[in-house]
Amino acid sequence: MDFSLLRNIISRYCVGEEIWVDSRTVYIGHKEPPPGAEAYIPQRYPDNRIVSSKYTFWNFIPKNLFEQFRRIANFYFLVIFLVQLIIDTPTSPVTSGLPLFFVITVTAIKQGYEDWLRHKADCSINECPVDVVQQGKVVRTQSHKLRVGDIVVVKEDETFPCDLILLSSSRSDGTCYVTTTSLDGESSHKTYYAIPDTMAFRTEQEVDSLHATIECEQPQPDLYKFVGRINIYKDKEEPVARPLGAENLLLRGATLKNTQHIYAVAVYTGMETKMALNYQSKSQKRSAVEKSMNAFLIVYLCILISKAVINTVLKYAWQWSPDRDEPWYNHRTEHERQRHVVIRAFTDFLAFMVLFNYIIPVSMYVTVEMQKFLGSYFISWDEEMFDEELGEGAQVNTSDLNEELGQVEYVFTDKTGTLTENNMEFIECCVDGNVYIPHAICNGQILSAASSIDMIDSSPGGYRRDLFFRALCLCHTVQVKEEETVDGIKRGIHQGRPTSFYISSSPDEVALVEGMKRLGYTYLRLKDNYMEILNKDDEIERFELLHVLNFDSVRRRMSVIVKSSSGDYLLFCKGADSSIFPRVVSGKVEQVKARVEQNAVEGLRTLCVAYRRLSQSEYQEACHHLMEAKLALQDREQRLAQAYDIIERDFVLLGATAVEDRLQEKAADTIESLHKAGMKVWVLTGDKMETAAATCYASKLFRRTTQILELTKKRTEEQSLHDVLFELNRTVLRQRSISGYMLIRSFSPSDVLSVDCLDFGLIIDGATLSAVLKPNQEGAGHGNYREIFLEICRNCSAVLCCRMAPLQKAQIVKLIKASKEHPITLAIGDGANDVSMILEAHVGIGIMGKEGRQAARNSDYAIPKFKHLKKMLLVHGHYYYIRIAELVQYFFYKNVCFIFPQFLYQFFCGFSQQPLYDTAYLTLYNISFTSLPILLYSLVEQHVSMDTLKREPSLYRDIAKNSLLRWPVFLYWTCLGVFDAVVFFFGAYFLFDNTTFTSNGQMFGNWTFGTLIFTVLVFTVTLKLALDTHHWTWINHFVIWGSLLFYVIFSLLWGGIIWPFLNYQRMYYVFMQMLSSGPAWLSIILLITVSLLPDVIKKVLCRAMCPTATERAQVQCWHHLHMKLEV
Amino acid sequence: MMASSYSAKDEDGHITVSGPGGGTLRNKKPENTAFKQQRLPAWQPILTAGTVLPAFFIIGLIFIPIGIGLYVTSNNIKEFEIDYTGDDTSSPCYNCAKNFSWNNTKSCTCTIPFQLDQPYESNVFMYYGLSNFYQNHRRYVKSRDDSQLNGNIDSLKVGASSPMASRKKKKPSKECEPYASIDNKPIAPCGAIANSMFNDTLKLFYNDPNGTSVPIPLTSTGIAWWTDKHVKFRNPVGTNSNLTAVFQGTVKPVNWHRPVYELDTDPENNGFINEDFIVWMRTAALPTFRKLYRIIQKKNNMAPTLPRGNYTLVVDYNYPVRSFEGRKRMILSTISWMGGKNPFLGIAYITVGSVCFFLGVVLLVIHHKYGNRNNSANISN
Repeated sequence: MDFSLLRNIISRYCVGEEIWVDSRTVYIGHKEPPPGAEAYIPQRYPDNRIVSSKYTFWNFIPKNLFEQFRRIANFYFLVIFLVQLIIDTPTSPVTSGLPLFFVITVTAIKQGYEDWLRHKADCSINECPVDVVQQGKVVRTQSHKLRVGDIVVVKEDETFPCDLILLSSSRSDGTCYVTTTSLDGESSHKTYYAIPDTMAFRTEQEVDSLHATIECEQPQPDLYKFVGRINIYKDKEEPVARPLGAENLLLRGATLKNTQHIYAVAVYTGMETKMALNYQSKSQKRSAVEKSMNAFLIVYLCILISKAVINTVLKYAWQWSPDRDEPWYNHRTEHERQRHVVIRAFTDFLAFMVLFNYIIPVSMYVTVEMQKFLGSYFISWDEEMFDEELGEGAQVNTSDLNEELGQVEYVFTDKTGTLTENNMEFIECCVDGNVYIPHAICNGQILSAASSIDMIDSSPGGYRRDLFFRALCLCHTVQVKEEETVDGIKRGIHQGRPTSFYISSSPDEVALVEGMKRLGYTYLRLKDNYMEILNKDDEIERFELLHVLNFDSVRRRMSVIVKSSSGDYLLFCKGADSSIFPRVVSGKVEQVKARVEQNAVEGLRTLCVAYRRLSQSEYQEACHHLMEAKLALQDREQRLAQAYDIIERDFVLLGATAVEDRLQEKAADTIESLHKAGMKVWVLTGDKMETAAATCYASKLFRRTTQILELTKKRTEEQSLHDVLFELNRTVLRQRSISGYMLIRSFSPSDVLSVDCLDFGLIIDGATLSAVLKPNQEGAGHGNYREIFLEICRNCSAVLCCRMAPLQKAQIVKLIKASKEHPITLAIGDGANDVSMILEAHVGIGIMGKEGRQAARNSDYAIPKFKHLKKMLLVHGHYYYIRIAELVQYFFYKNVCFIFPQFLYQFFCGFSQQPLYDTAYLTLYNISFTSLPILLYSLVEQHVSMDTLKREPSLYRDIAKNSLLRWPVFLYWTCLGVFDAVVFFFGAYFLFDNTTFTSNGQMFGNWTFGTLIFTVLVFTVTLKLALDTHHWTWINHFVIWGSLLFYVIFSLLWGGIIWPFLNYQRMYYVFMQMLSSGPAWLSIILLITVSLLPDVIKKVLCRAMCPTATERAQVQCWHHLHMKLEV
Repeated sequence: MMASSYSAKDEDGHITVSGPGGGTLRNKKPENTAFKQQRLPAWQPILTAGTVLPAFFIIGLIFIPIGIGLYVTSNNIKEFEIDYTGDDTSSPCYNCAKNFSWNNTKSCTCTIPFQLDQPYESNVFMYYGLSNFYQNHRRYVKSRDDSQLNGNIDSLKVGASSPMASRKKKKPSKECEPYASIDNKPIAPCGAIANSMFNDTLKLFYNDPNGTSVPIPLTSTGIAWWTDKHVKFRNPVGTNSNLTAVFQGTVKPVNWHRPVYELDTDPENNGFINEDFIVWMRTAALPTFRKLYRIIQKKNNMAPTLPRGNYTLVVDYNYPVRSFEGRKRMILSTISWMGGKNPFLGIAYITVGSVCFFLGVVLLVIHHKYGNRNNSANISN
């Protein structure tokens, strides 16, 4: 992480200094360029060795220890340990050294083992054989010996050994197919292209004869970006320069498919390959629970320090008289006496710190970490979140955020592919106002709405219609696969060739091309840059594909430039209406617009198609623009966008298409549940408003009762943004005061809910949003648009943001995150355009969708379908939250119980830091006596059954806003801990005070006193957890009773033998003697009862007086069960 | 601050590189086991007023009788306590206390008359009590050498002159400092605890109504834990069985009048296994404590062990407590199955039992008032 940051800084710095650092020159086959062309600068690149391991045999111990102690918690415990070693402290260094040693060793072993695996994997990769062309011959060598500039031969189904530029392939068109499953999980085949100048090479000799250099950017981790240029030197001619893009770059880790072999040249090797650069972990997100835990820790640290300070001060006040300081029976050594009083006081302070340091236990971190790690398995094990169709279940990419799933207040969801299936069905197209519907779905229900317009204009429809159909057949990036076993998007072409499929990264395109096929125009294939179309009359038309102006989400359109057989240059463009209409100069705009809007209202995805006839000169100019931009090494994206902008204009509108994207299964149910759970759902989409709104109604995001507030460009054109915002705000506030009044008058929660139903939905579009968010220049009066907007949003249960650019999605999330309540946000999406918001939100969820796996890769959790979100949040999130909340509170509680008696004891032992408990008890209390019950509780606890949680989403409100970890709750737990500690200590004190405990008159000493307190402590703390457990599986029984039994057995053993390695035998027979005393038994039982009493009473009273929804659900469940038993 | 630690993610920033063609088969349906699906059969108790009610009543019903029993037992125990510190001019030990000096070779004796109002039946236990004496001070508690007390002969050896050898050879533990050695001779037994061993001698005389003073026989064995006497504490076994010879080369603790091998004449109660010594070595938990001193065995006949009447306590006053404002007491007590007099336990049981009973009643009311409402009220959403 630090490393990449450093590199970024360096590279940024260097860009400012000298440009050349930003690119590298690769000499293909290590051949120097011809003299005069360029100075040959031999450059040093790393070899192709992949080093994913962190350590070597020699540096493992120092480096690993350094890494581990860099963490503050470890460092804190190390300091405590060292303090114990250096100064004379009450507890032996073993007490903190052993747990620390344990943690460090376990971590080191785990990391060492992982590193060993990495070494092994590295080794096998580095030594795997690779074929390299040298001197016109194929030479077999090992992968790690590969260098930049080597020409590599890769055969079918082999993995690329490094990042390569494709020179030629065994396929005649210079393409090759590749799957990048291991890189980004996309299993579809992707096509890569060779440069036209080299694609003809067939043999090693030919390839070796190539004399060229490649200039490309320095390695960067973005898998989908590459800019480079190849200069080919032919005899005595000017070198030919060709652009290289991501479509020429074969990435390490990808696999060659459907191609016998390829020749390619290595450009990035070893740790500089894009795959290796992507190893770096993402920035870490921290959960709200973790933040409150840290806050609690600081409180406890303060308590710890103040305890130590109080005791030190009291000690010196108490010891003021020398008779107390050094009575005749208890002298200091000469050495100690000579020490300066300040040093003594400081040592005493440290000693008190050491004595009380268990209040912040090492084991808490270990337990929390284990709970998170092991707990996350339940998500991936969940059968209900497994999708048969995809063959995948939920996937956990980070276990740090499990509990955050139970805290979500805002859900930001993408529409396409998330709410909807992203399974496109071509519905209709409209050319110049005439509607065409493929016969196949003519009897669908959609017709009812469309029937008002004349159905199919069967008049032999003119030039425009044919051009429209051809446009759709040509303007796309669909590939035809002649293979059956293709994963991803598949569509059979039924006519004659059942083994062909259309494949594309965009399902819309597939739907369109298929729709065209149903309407009579079949796209056959792309061969040698000619696109072949089978038209209605079964004739094959051939168009030469000259340029593809690829789709991007900013431009929201794509174009192709083709040359028809008659020699016309045609530019076809399809895209969102908003990006097409402003560029249209002629065509029946009004009719098409009306139809598009009507379709959008029905929730269909619309695209507009336009064309432009290019003259020869216009074409040349366009070519020029494009080539210039494509060859640029710097800012290529930007220059391409400019070029596209120049080329794509003056369109003639042809028509529009409508594609249906069905809602995902149970999407409406899920959204309803999320609403009931008190979450606000925002839909962020790039779609147009009408389409998006229709989807929102269909998915019950907006109900019929919802009052829609519009904040769109249309409205802000009529009024100023200022007025619209204030008007909306007034509306919302008025409504809220009414509902607030009703809330006061209403008696039962059901009424409250009905009030909630009178809610608002807000629709805002991208343009207005950026106006709202724009930092204001006009003056202070308008400065708080942002605040007003947030105020409106806060009162809306659902918000629809349409026409969003990907970055705007992230902006919205950021805006809500930064608002003054700091709500927990969740973003869910499936496509690359959702990645920014997934990374921005507190919890990012990726849907393993059809638009690739980028979202899933960048998410914290990935689920197959939107409906799984319900279980993820309402069940898993809820469980994880209550589990970890109890874990954190309980850990602090049990350590207060543990340490506070020691604090009290200081008042009775002359503040001499005398520990109350034996070293073994001090050490093992957190490690073994009380660790397992809470760990397993935090793994298997279910306070309410899963079905209830799903049935009653409103239970989610009970844990909203971190309710179990708020300060009052924390205070309650701490007070309970202090109360229990006081009961333990003073209970034992009064029982021990100056009296005999045994029936034979013998007396007990201080260790019996401590052991009595400790026994009560262990039992109380464990039984307290037993009282909190609602879900007693055999595991709970086993660990709870097992821990107690273990404590007893251990104590018997520990006191039963004279341990030869110990230099003291203070515990010898102490425990047995205690057990042989009747009053000890009686007082143990009494003290346990008294300690548990307040908590039981609090629980019962709270449940009886003001039960939470969760508690009522529990009771109901319970009654349910009993009724069943009785029947 | 501290918490982001231990994150597995952080450590595993590196993803294991899969080998060539090493795409794993993802199509793995999770197993449908009760554990993995979190559907283990479970008992789901809930703490409602209704379920807790009986528990409260039961606790009340059990605790109150126990408490009463304990209280009565405690009240039946007879205990007599007499303070003989002697910081009061009227006190018989005033002179002894005032004139105390470590150099006195002859011990000062004082006589305290007292009266028992009730006869003491069965065995009577005689304790000495100290107040304001911090036996639980850390420096004090650890100032002992358990290995020496367990009869390890090495811990009695002379510390070798060269520092290298001394490290190998066991001397009295370093914890014993500054009571470990004098003039390079190890102290036996070493440490502050041993050094400050209580050395007043207490004797009891019964003043017969006819005027004679009858000494009461005091048993000095059976006052220490059996395990301490027989396992934990052992005399060093040297070449000869004579204790004096074994302790040759050691010196007595500074404040002792006699060396350790002269604590008693009985060889079974001498040296480290002297029971007075063992009792003292078990450090008390609190600054006010009592320790068992002697047992007055019940005589065979029907007469009480200590009949009511006048007694005299004769004290050899050797133990100074005035310097740290301490107090010394002598306690006579009978013992029941629950130990000495301790009304606290009984009272606590009665209190807790009553509180539980009372809470049970309160909960009963609450249960009737709210319980029905809750049961009938559905979860409305």
